[in-house]
Amino acid sequence: MIEQTQAVQDSSTSITSSVFRILLAVFGNFVVRRFFFFLFVVWLASTVIFIIPRLSGQDPVKEKLLLEAQRGGAIQQGLDAMAKSYQKRFGLDLPIWVQYGNFLSDLARLDLGTSIAFFPRTVNDIVFESLIWTLGLIGTVTIIAFTLGTLAGAVLGWPRRPGWVQYLFLPLLTLAAVPQYLLGMILIFVFAFSLGWLPLFGGYEPATLPNLSFDFIIDVLRHAILPAFAILFSVIGFWAIGMRGMMINAQGEDYMIQADAKGLKGARIFMRYAVRNALLPQVTGLALVLGTIITGQVLVERVFSYPGIGDILFQAIRLSDFFVIRGIVIVIIIGIAGATFLLDVLYPLIDPRIRVKN
Amino acid sequence: MTQTATTPDAIDRGQVGGGWGQFYDDRLSPIKRYAVRNPSLIVGLGLMLSLALFVGIGHLVWDTELYRVLSTPTRLAPSFEYPFGTDTQGRDLLAVSIRGTPLTLRIGLIAGFVSIGLGTVAAFIAAYYRGWVDYGVRSVVDVGLAMPGLLILILVRINIGRELTVDEMGFALGMVGWVFPARTIRAQVLVMREAAYVELSRLSGTSGMGVIFKEMLPNLIPYITASLVGAVAGAILASIGLEAIGLGRFSDPTLGMTIFWNIQFSSIILGMWWWWLPPLVAIVIVFLGLFLISSGLDEWSNPRLRKRV
Repeated sequence: MIEQTQAVQDSSTSITSSVFRILLAVFGNFVVRRFFFFLFVVWLASTVIFIIPRLSGQDPVKEKLLLEAQRGGAIQQGLDAMAKSYQKRFGLDLPIWVQYGNFLSDLARLDLGTSIAFFPRTVNDIVFESLIWTLGLIGTVTIIAFTLGTLAGAVLGWPRRPGWVQYLFLPLLTLAAVPQYLLGMILIFVFAFSLGWLPLFGGYEPATLPNLSFDFIIDVLRHAILPAFAILFSVIGFWAIGMRGMMINAQGEDYMIQADAKGLKGARIFMRYAVRNALLPQVTGLALVLGTIITGQVLVERVFSYPGIGDILFQAIRLSDFFVIRGIVIVIIIGIAGATFLLDVLYPLIDPRIRVKN
Repeated sequence: MTQTATTPDAIDRGQVGGGWGQFYDDRLSPIKRYAVRNPSLIVGLGLMLSLALFVGIGHLVWDTELYRVLSTPTRLAPSFEYPFGTDTQGRDLLAVSIRGTPLTLRIGLIAGFVSIGLGTVAAFIAAYYRGWVDYGVRSVVDVGLAMPGLLILILVRINIGRELTVDEMGFALGMVGWVFPARTIRAQVLVMREAAYVELSRLSGTSGMGVIFKEMLPNLIPYITASLVGAVAGAILASIGLEAIGLGRFSDPTLGMTIFWNIQFSSIILGMWWWWLPPLVAIVIVFLGLFLISSGLDEWSNPRLRKRV
């Protein structure tokens, strides 16, 4: 229909209209739209982060340098170089729009600046080093917790489950209500302090240097067990409660009655009808709580002195190292926005209704 | 009424007709029946009430000024003189618990009311007037949901360069926390907008504000209350988080600051269980209580959940 109308128009219009059509196809595309939203969020967050220090009328660099100068002593020599580096880097005499442009272009190249407290080191360096620890822990734990919690919730919300399962509900509910870092403190007290089975804090034995030997990997795993369980327990409860609610809601649906009427086996109704449909809001939920999980993780790392991003954030706050704090905030925002984007893009794969609409 | 009053059970209690029996049948027995059907609400309220009693009685019988640093000998295990023991910096931990618990709840309540207030207003404006207003609110909410407010708050706090008071922290948490309630309440309003009684009210000439305040808001109150409880819990969690990483006010004995001092002085490794146990128990009671109240209110506002398996 559209092709026919365009064919009768003259050639110049047909070129512009086909360009328009391509643009429409590209921007009308769900994935592209979501990607631009991702870019928009990152840009907006960066702008807010750029504006905040300028609104407060305080200069964190100057304040920190002043603080160091007051302490005096050995650091004095680095101070000049530091101040010069910052003046050059930020061009603080430049008009604000130029500063803003520089900030955005630095960010586009993923250059987060230089640390004040650990001077010659770049923020990228510091953040990257700790990010490996955080991602390793949180990635594994989130996947395990989502799977186990969803399964537990599915069984809990199923009328034909074995009777003993219902006793799982109260402990899961209680665990979901306890913040992760408190659970972490209890775990440290029981398993590290009282029983002495596992290390008290840190990501590896303080005396060793990170390497890829077998012993070191075992050591890292031993250190990861308690923080992992602290997050795992509380997050499992969260998923289980959500899934249970969805399963209960699914019971009254027409497709469940139909499946029953068709005489399908219980296991098939459970997996293909109830779980399949109840799963969708769970995935949407994953996108929504990602930020909470990460902030929770930051605190768990603090409790365990785990060498991840949370511990660095705490150190940076203590040393008022503004650029490291800013770098971490930016990285976490990009991380959450990126993960949300991925979930949005992958969502049609599990929900055919959205797939058809697009 | 007469039927229930003459049941053998009521006769056994000697409460047939008038007085206590009448009162029991009229008022208490429906509450009891509701409590049996909705135990989460009752248990949750009970937990919060027990906490309130602890704080209230504590203020009456204990010298709460002992929460200050160096007001007691340091690192004493619980004894008759100091029932909760003392910490490394010489605070009486019973006084800390009595003073700190209501402070933390205060942060949560301020943040909860601010965020639900802003969220409800935004939701009604967006969902009722639709069009570009809705589009604007929705965009702000979408972006706000994608940006972790807590991190922005950390940056703001670092740049202000001074400690936030309890009220300021509650207010700040409310300002970053309104987007989620705005989104969920907006969805509720959108559904309700199409309901027949709202349509009827609009057709019979009620103004926009009239429809909102007379028809929609009263029907949404259970849902908004449930959201409020959730928002309070979320804000308390966030405030404890901010305080635990060292962004709280150092002179306030809130639950979060107590956790901060515990981590700072490695109380677990020192074996000072009496230091970290009270704030931990208080926090667990608060969260469990609020969670149970919230799911109890859910049951009340969303009868679909009543068909429990």
